[in-house]
Amino acid sequence: MNWSRTLTVARTDVKQLVLAKDFWMPMAILGSIFFVIVPLVLLFSITSLGDVEAVQNIANTLEVLPQKAQDQIKGDTPQGRTSYALAVFLFAPMAVVVPLTISTAVGAATLVGERERGTGEFLAHSPAATKEIYLGKLLASLLPGYFTTMVGFTAYSLIVNLIVGPEVGGWFFPTTQWWLLMIWVLPGFLLIGLSLVLRLSAKVKSTAAAQQASGLITLPLIAVSYAQASGAIYGTPTTTIVIGAIAWTIGITSTWRGMGAVKRQRLLGVADGV
Amino acid sequence: MGRVSLHPVPPAVSLLGVNKSFNDVPALVGVNVVAPDGQITVLLGPNGAGKTTAIRIVTGAMTPDAGTVRTLGLDPDVDGEEVRHACGVVSAKPALYDRLSGHDNLRYAAELHGVDKRIIDDRIWAAAGRFGIAQALDSQVGGYSTGMKTRLALARSVLHEPQLLLFDEPTSGLDPESAQAVLQLIRDMTSDGHTVVMCTHHLVEAEGLADHIVVLDTGTDLVSGKPGDLIHQFWPDDSVEISVEADTSLEDLTVLDGVIRTEPSKHGIRVILENPDVTPDVVDALVRAGHRIRMVNPHEPSLEELYFAVRRSARDLGEAATEEVMS
Repeated sequence: MNWSRTLTVARTDVKQLVLAKDFWMPMAILGSIFFVIVPLVLLFSITSLGDVEAVQNIANTLEVLPQKAQDQIKGDTPQGRTSYALAVFLFAPMAVVVPLTISTAVGAATLVGERERGTGEFLAHSPAATKEIYLGKLLASLLPGYFTTMVGFTAYSLIVNLIVGPEVGGWFFPTTQWWLLMIWVLPGFLLIGLSLVLRLSAKVKSTAAAQQASGLITLPLIAVSYAQASGAIYGTPTTTIVIGAIAWTIGITSTWRGMGAVKRQRLLGVADGV
Repeated sequence: MGRVSLHPVPPAVSLLGVNKSFNDVPALVGVNVVAPDGQITVLLGPNGAGKTTAIRIVTGAMTPDAGTVRTLGLDPDVDGEEVRHACGVVSAKPALYDRLSGHDNLRYAAELHGVDKRIIDDRIWAAAGRFGIAQALDSQVGGYSTGMKTRLALARSVLHEPQLLLFDEPTSGLDPESAQAVLQLIRDMTSDGHTVVMCTHHLVEAEGLADHIVVLDTGTDLVSGKPGDLIHQFWPDDSVEISVEADTSLEDLTVLDGVIRTEPSKHGIRVILENPDVTPDVVDALVRAGHRIRMVNPHEPSLEELYFAVRRSARDLGEAATEEVMS
């Protein structure tokens, strides 16, 4: 295993993505919608409305949250408590949805795309081992989604602290649970999704087919991740660490098995009728 | 004083009895290809003959179903990384990354081949300069012409200083001028000791370039060897093509000493001779017989003629075998 070659494959792929405006523009828009526009509108509306009936009603619904979560909610006013709960608990799943959507879109096209463009021939004749190509491609697919999410998360943290902070006595975000979610749990789920999607990308005949098939994998995975992300935020740090560890274990196992999916003949587009 | 090796130099490439099928469709059927070290070997054949498959098997990019493959003495299935490191490949489509610049494409290849980072840039500029593409190195490859892409692909193939160069239809899609330039560059490369294996279906390209040829058709090698030897095998006797003004019969030439036979040709008649020294006697006899000679052209069979003669011979053999089975 030559890590230098793996990083070369990853770096070159990322460079191509950066140069593709038609790729990163939608990615930036998606991140902005989830991390900036929606939270900004919602949190700003709630904190600006004051102690009106609508806000009171939303505050009442917070009682459905687990007791441990309710105990964590800060703020003395209904709008303060409501905006805190929204910021800390309800937006957590989007932190998983955004990177999974972006990374699987990149990953689905990565190997089959080489074949479609004819550049698979170059890789097949290169000394790079198929495992190195697979891991390089996986890294190159993971990084854009994770990077976008971390940039979005930074913006989201600022928005939350600037809008909700004054209502609850100062800057409070990210909480310990959010740090664990972003740094420990999220990459594990990304690894699971990408290892599966890259296997698909290595086997299907076209990028369109890869996109379709990856939807079948990512939708259930997003649902599971959504639930687990919520659990990670509502539960204790130990719960979050355990959820992350399980995700990493599954992700690494799946990646290990996936490394065998790339065959040189597949890069040429001639294996098993491809 | 140079030393004389007591051992023959092993071939750079040898495929022996190689079979390869795709979904039960045979692409190579017991193919034998031997490419001598330090020479240009040209694989000749129509589309679908199995040339590209053979190249892919040489580097280990594809695994044969049966047969023995040795590239630079190694088995590509076992020592794939080492084999591919020693090969420079230009595929039929240049296989370049359109969004990247020419420089980035070359850097990618150099890094995958493990070229020392301290000398990568020197190598890139040297290779680009050699193939006349240095001025476009900073531009995106998507904007390159077909000729520029081929030049860049050629530059990429030599960056890591490989021992064996494999070119699959390197002039495909090029205008005649660019094609000639590319062929000249290939010729230049062998002058510094590289072994080249090149696929083409353009017979004119192989003419004068090939030290060794292998004619492939429908996944089988029909014939292989040095062009001169093969031509001698198919045309063992010398011949001269003669054209006279009047449309008169020249069949009586067979009575002359040294003339084996005559046969009609494109411009007149082809006279098959025991040796080329008889030519003046033939011309003299014709003049004395009152013919006004328009053209006397010693016939040197081209690679094109050889190719068609080989294919015709293979077809005849096939038909004969079928008839034998039927009877």
